[in-house]
Amino acid sequence: MNKIKYSIFGRSKLSGDFIFEALVGLFALGVIVLAFLLFRELFIESQLSRNTFGLGFLTTSTWNPVNEVFGALPFIFGTIVSSFLALLIAVPFSLGIAIFLSELAPEKLRTPLSFIIELLAAVPSVIIGLWGIFILAPFIRDYLAPPLSTYLGFLPLFQGPMYGLSMLTGGVILAIMIIPITSSISREVIMTVPTHQREAALALGATGWETTRIAVLPYARSGIFGAVILGFGRAIGETMAVTMVIGNSPRISASLFSPSYTMASVIANEFTEATSKLYISSLIEIGFLLLVISFIINIAARILVWKLLKVEGGGVT
Amino acid sequence: MNRLKIILILILAGVLLAGCVSKQPSEVQPTVQPTATVQPTKAPETVTLNGAGATFPYPLISKWSSEYNKIKTNIQINYQSVGSGAGIKQITARTVDFGASDAPLTEQEYANVSGILQIPESIGAVVVAYNLPGIQKGVKLSGDVIADIFLGKITKWNDPKIVSLNPGIQFPAKDIIVAHRSDGSGTTFVFSDYLSAVSSDWKSKVGKGKSVNWPVGLGGKGNEGVAGLLNQNPYSIGYIELAYAKLQNISYAYIKNKAGKFIEPTLETTANAAAGAVSILPAGDVSWASVSIVDAQGDNSYPISSFTYLLVYKNQVDQTKGKMLAEFIWWAVHDGQKYSSDLLYVPLPDEVVSLNERTIKLMNYNGQPFIQG
Repeated sequence: MNKIKYSIFGRSKLSGDFIFEALVGLFALGVIVLAFLLFRELFIESQLSRNTFGLGFLTTSTWNPVNEVFGALPFIFGTIVSSFLALLIAVPFSLGIAIFLSELAPEKLRTPLSFIIELLAAVPSVIIGLWGIFILAPFIRDYLAPPLSTYLGFLPLFQGPMYGLSMLTGGVILAIMIIPITSSISREVIMTVPTHQREAALALGATGWETTRIAVLPYARSGIFGAVILGFGRAIGETMAVTMVIGNSPRISASLFSPSYTMASVIANEFTEATSKLYISSLIEIGFLLLVISFIINIAARILVWKLLKVEGGGVT
Repeated sequence: MNRLKIILILILAGVLLAGCVSKQPSEVQPTVQPTATVQPTKAPETVTLNGAGATFPYPLISKWSSEYNKIKTNIQINYQSVGSGAGIKQITARTVDFGASDAPLTEQEYANVSGILQIPESIGAVVVAYNLPGIQKGVKLSGDVIADIFLGKITKWNDPKIVSLNPGIQFPAKDIIVAHRSDGSGTTFVFSDYLSAVSSDWKSKVGKGKSVNWPVGLGGKGNEGVAGLLNQNPYSIGYIELAYAKLQNISYAYIKNKAGKFIEPTLETTANAAAGAVSILPAGDVSWASVSIVDAQGDNSYPISSFTYLLVYKNQVDQTKGKMLAEFIWWAVHDGQKYSSDLLYVPLPDEVVSLNERTIKLMNYNGQPFIQG
């Protein structure tokens, strides 16, 4: 409200502008209050678990509801590894899509193609999950895993039996789910790169690819980075689809073929049937950790973006 | 300064908002609203009885709801299948008129909710299902072998322990893929209760619960998730509800019972198990935490089964609704049982029905029981 120069201060207190300012200000504040309350509530409700397990909660890999011994390590591991795996797969695809749509695709195709890609983001995650169970998991098991274990089996990443539901399947599903958001934001960022940047590069005799590499991508770097982080944020919090394909097994394994478990999945799976106080409290602490991790990632991304902006003196966040 | 005033107003509003939210009870927010109290004088007015709880009896309770509404047109029964745990939370918070749970309340849960009655309303069986190409239903398994498979001690189908139980069946030398539920569920409770009863190894290493720390295997969400795992992975084994296995035509094992017989899971053999366990059942108004009908007595009893329970308060706070609730449950454990078999639920044996009659007669308003006799 400080930005409104022709402010109503000095006029009647109940003028329309005043009410409007107060109202929209309230809305804005409401979101902040809500976020704060979310933190506060999760923090308070997880107190029992924090008191019981302390920091050991983060480093223990046992999750035993029967004896009420809870440790979040396998879930933290599963969440972070599956999200990174998703990024590893999704970022090249998204960048390719974004560059194609903004630099290379014929004018006529751009709008319908980007529309279709964004449509992918509208598919409910339970549908993607079902598709994952019935189509993707068997496909990965039968066609992707055998060559991986034959040619790259010397790596611990691709060892052991593969049953379809695995960390790899979870990562692929997540990649599919974050490609729309990462690619469409990257595309918009690339489109905001001023035309004279491209023209300058072309005038110096750069080829199409060189123009993109020298003039466009560096300019859009921080924005693309922001898009990637948004995708990462979505991957971390994604629950339904990944629960359906990751195998839900709270064990830490180096192999991507092993089943794994994510923080969001364990909450979704076990919260409804959790009745003991410590059990509920531990699940809430996982929720709290999930929130903290996403906050840290988002803040870290912001800081990185600001730093990049200073260096480059351009680009869009 | 007006600007200051605006900011003050906003802060005040924020504080008020925060106050509103934090005044809520810190337990999980119930989703069901308590129904409006009904004036006793206006008899024909429609009354809604709200229930919440286990997903397993949901189809049966829905059937009851529609059938009972035909008899008593002014009573609507609204049941939300949100899971046993959520059902217990809601009845504890008194946001519903009745709860439903696949497992009896634990000592701790029972202590939290004073004056609760536990009324077995149906019986569920859990089958050990498998996907063995070329082998139909009826592979014979015993409790200790099942426990060893789920503990990861038996890893091949042609393990001598499995082969010796099944003369005449040629088992492949394949790894066993174990599938289990990933979500907390009554099905897991029954299954792990059974394994705890028959295997001391299982009892000490894993124990019983709605979610347990599985030593091996893949987790699928819901019966459909486990069934999906079985379908897609040849040489897999898992456990699912009897009704689901029958409807989906999934092959299942015959299980060795206490009498040493291998029993096919059917509605009859499950009812036998419940009838065989009646002598150990307590009264409806005490803790049922230790009640279990797994590994029951009887030559023809299927060993992996459990009651599923309705939870109601003994002392009702609303005379009209309390009476309607008592009458509905009375109907459900008597006439309502005839709808069980069609929906592949196991009807209650007579012995359990008479136990329930005694329990329902405990329901009262100000010491006045709703059902006399």
